[in-house]
Amino acid sequence: MFASQGWCGLAALATSAPGADPANMFAPAGTPADSIFSLSKLVLGITGGIFLVVSGILIYVLVRYRWRKSDSSSEQEPHQIYGSNQIELSWTVIPALIVVMLFLATTRVIYTTEHAHKPSDALDVTVIGHQFWWEYSYPRLGIVTANELHVPVGDPSHPLPTYLTMSSADTDHSFWVPRLAGKTDVIPNKVNTMWIDPQSPGLYLGQCAQYCGVQHAKMLIRVYADTPQEFAAWVAHQQQPAVEDPRVAEGREVFMHNACISCHSIRGTVATGRFGPDLTHLASRDTIASGSVPNTPENLHRFIENPANLKPGVLMPPMHLNSHDLDAVTAYLTTLK
Amino acid sequence: MMATQTPPNEVYDAGASKPHRPLWLEVLHGWVTTVDHKKIGLMYIGYSLIFLVVAGFEALLMRIQLAIPNNHFVSPQVFNGLFTVHGTTMVFFVGMPILFGFGNYLIPLMIGARDMAFPRLNAFSFWISAFGGLLLYYSYIGGSGLYGAGSAPDVGWFAYAPLTSRVFSPGHSTDYWTLAVLLSGIGTIGTALNIVATTISMRCPGMKMSRLPLLVWLYLVTSCMTFIAVGPLTAAQIMLMLDRYAGSHFFDTQAGGSAVLWMHFFWIFGHPEVYILVLPAFAFANEIIPVFSRKAIFGYPAMVAASVGIGFISMGVWAHHMFTVGLGPGANTFFVLATMIISVPTGIKIFNWLATLWGGKIHFTVSMMFAIGFLFQFLIAGLTGIMLSVAPLDWQLGNSYFVVAHFHYVLVGAILFMLFSAFYYWYPKVTGRMLSERLGKWHFWLFVIGFHLTFDFMHIPGLLGMPRRIYTYEADRGWMIWNMIVSSGAAVQAVATLLFVFNMVWSYFKGAVAGADPWDAWTLEWSTTSPPPSYNFAQTPTVASRRPLWDLKHPEDPDSNYETEQSLPRTRQEENL
Repeated sequence: MFASQGWCGLAALATSAPGADPANMFAPAGTPADSIFSLSKLVLGITGGIFLVVSGILIYVLVRYRWRKSDSSSEQEPHQIYGSNQIELSWTVIPALIVVMLFLATTRVIYTTEHAHKPSDALDVTVIGHQFWWEYSYPRLGIVTANELHVPVGDPSHPLPTYLTMSSADTDHSFWVPRLAGKTDVIPNKVNTMWIDPQSPGLYLGQCAQYCGVQHAKMLIRVYADTPQEFAAWVAHQQQPAVEDPRVAEGREVFMHNACISCHSIRGTVATGRFGPDLTHLASRDTIASGSVPNTPENLHRFIENPANLKPGVLMPPMHLNSHDLDAVTAYLTTLK
Repeated sequence: MMATQTPPNEVYDAGASKPHRPLWLEVLHGWVTTVDHKKIGLMYIGYSLIFLVVAGFEALLMRIQLAIPNNHFVSPQVFNGLFTVHGTTMVFFVGMPILFGFGNYLIPLMIGARDMAFPRLNAFSFWISAFGGLLLYYSYIGGSGLYGAGSAPDVGWFAYAPLTSRVFSPGHSTDYWTLAVLLSGIGTIGTALNIVATTISMRCPGMKMSRLPLLVWLYLVTSCMTFIAVGPLTAAQIMLMLDRYAGSHFFDTQAGGSAVLWMHFFWIFGHPEVYILVLPAFAFANEIIPVFSRKAIFGYPAMVAASVGIGFISMGVWAHHMFTVGLGPGANTFFVLATMIISVPTGIKIFNWLATLWGGKIHFTVSMMFAIGFLFQFLIAGLTGIMLSVAPLDWQLGNSYFVVAHFHYVLVGAILFMLFSAFYYWYPKVTGRMLSERLGKWHFWLFVIGFHLTFDFMHIPGLLGMPRRIYTYEADRGWMIWNMIVSSGAAVQAVATLLFVFNMVWSYFKGAVAGADPWDAWTLEWSTTSPPPSYNFAQTPTVASRRPLWDLKHPEDPDSNYETEQSLPRTRQEENL
């Protein structure tokens, strides 16, 4: 009923996932997620308290005032009570006071998150949602990449938040990495912003949270929080032009003379398409197909042959390459470190 | 004073059955051409029950697909169609018609009228709604026209733009969805108009607004909300059709249109819609809980005021569905407050029901058991609703399985439980026979177990980051065990529902004969025979209080002694405490 490919591929992913619940909102790893977590403890306390009181009364009433066999002897109806102003006023005013308290606590978190002061050294990343992948560009660093977002880790004395400026190329999407922050919708013809500041290095998982079409399920998000040194090295690497390995010149020719270049970019070549992910440093990424399978030559081969093998509904068509060309172009792409 | 003489249709049947039994075509003709509010009400209910089973089956298919990660039981295309059609069916072709069906049947009986104010409009509304439902399912055959395989709409039940544009949704399945919802909206407006007119102008002598049964009050509120809520939805559907076929750009983001505009249009319908669906459930609770507690409803004026209050406030909370859209902190704060405020009148209702139970003699009939299930689950649904009204929590939980669990708690745990309660309560009135209590207890307990297995555990994957509307999920996310439990609960609910259907059929033929008033109840529908004659009451009844049959049964201590002659806000009785 289920494909073994999923289990094999995901076994590899699972080993890199932090803990058993990699997208648990109750395990925050950044300021916005943490302030939501703190607020949720207050809200859970209040609603839990209300639940205990009201359901306790309900159970008491059901037991205490149940109809008993002894009642059947008398036709007497219970004493009729029609209402009471004092009692009804009390259960109007008390909930209203609770609402006011909850509202004030909520407002504080809304403003501290949505109106946070942006430090001058904050990193800017532009996020474009596509059916069904993520485009990330770093306008001040000249980097364009896809599906795997790298950001630096800050520490409390020197926070390094990353500001995401988001929009969509097609339908509505939503950017959600629960351990870092709440979700923000990614909407065409509208620019939204959010910020994240992971506090410990690692991989944070999430996925598109607004139904965006056939393959919404496999529009996964991977955020790599790097130490400042790692991040600087990653930036320097991404800024390099694409590797030109003479041993895969044949595959390069196949790529440049097929429809690949209409949709994909490889910096420094004639491939300047914008419809699909930038492939300049494809081989430096851990996954392909928007985080859904590990980036191995085998998976890459299957994906190019017919992307729907791995990701039904994906917009990239089967390339109908002969097996020689297919091998060659796969070999070429694996060199794009 | 009340109608107890032999209804003439029985006389007619007795005479007519000798020469020949009516041909099925004649029976069919009778139903198709009827303008009788009871028959139309029953057609509404029957039609909704069929769609309930169909959409429930769709839910089961989805639960099989999600039981384990990376399942290939259905394709993504099929899954996306399933959740779209499931949601659309349940809201527009189960929830609305079944609630209006009960309203149609009960309102004239409860206010001592012989029919609705506009019987032909009533029939028109039913048939156009029914046609809408058929159109939705016709898309499975005709969605891609004659040249392609059939397809269902796959845009989600709130059909966010621009996914519905022709670029992203080619073919005609989205058009069938649009037309189905549009037609259902026309039918809904017609019925709502009818309910308002009937309530305003058809009440029997003595039945002032302050003596109206609470059920009728709540239907009045819900119908008025319908006028305001359905308009924007219909407008949006027309705009969408113009976008798709006439080159307009309301929602066409590629040409400068706005995706957010659709969200506003949809949710200014969509949120009141939730209350339009839940108020009739409150309405049933307001009738059933007092009868089985053997006490008058506690705080009638407060109950009316709370319902009207909910009606008004619910018009100003729609953007709590849009906390993640980027409306800015100002707008988010406003809609947090509006949404939280609605919990105050809702709380009043729960407390008043508890106070009604307090001091009563509670009879645990199956109907009452479902009503108690409703109280308990509505409490939880309300509390998770408060959690979601806290915008920062919604940033995490919105569009996750937590939200799916929350609104199913409202729709199944509260509304469907109260509907089951209403079935057990009014089935004897409609058919003249009691539903089996024995089967009913099995139905109740199985359904409670299945419900809690499914919808309690469904909250958890949401907390662990599982978004809704994904046809499959990764094995490493820790969601599998929860999804497995949720899916197994769905199977238990399906079995319980089959028991209920069996009970309805079996009891129709073999159930105990009910008589006019099996529950020793107090409202006017119990004063006429079961089933009621086509004209309801031989003589128009006259009432002097909110519980006319109580007055009749307790002439020494009628309610009218305690209900002041003043209008709503003052009608309560300190001296009676």
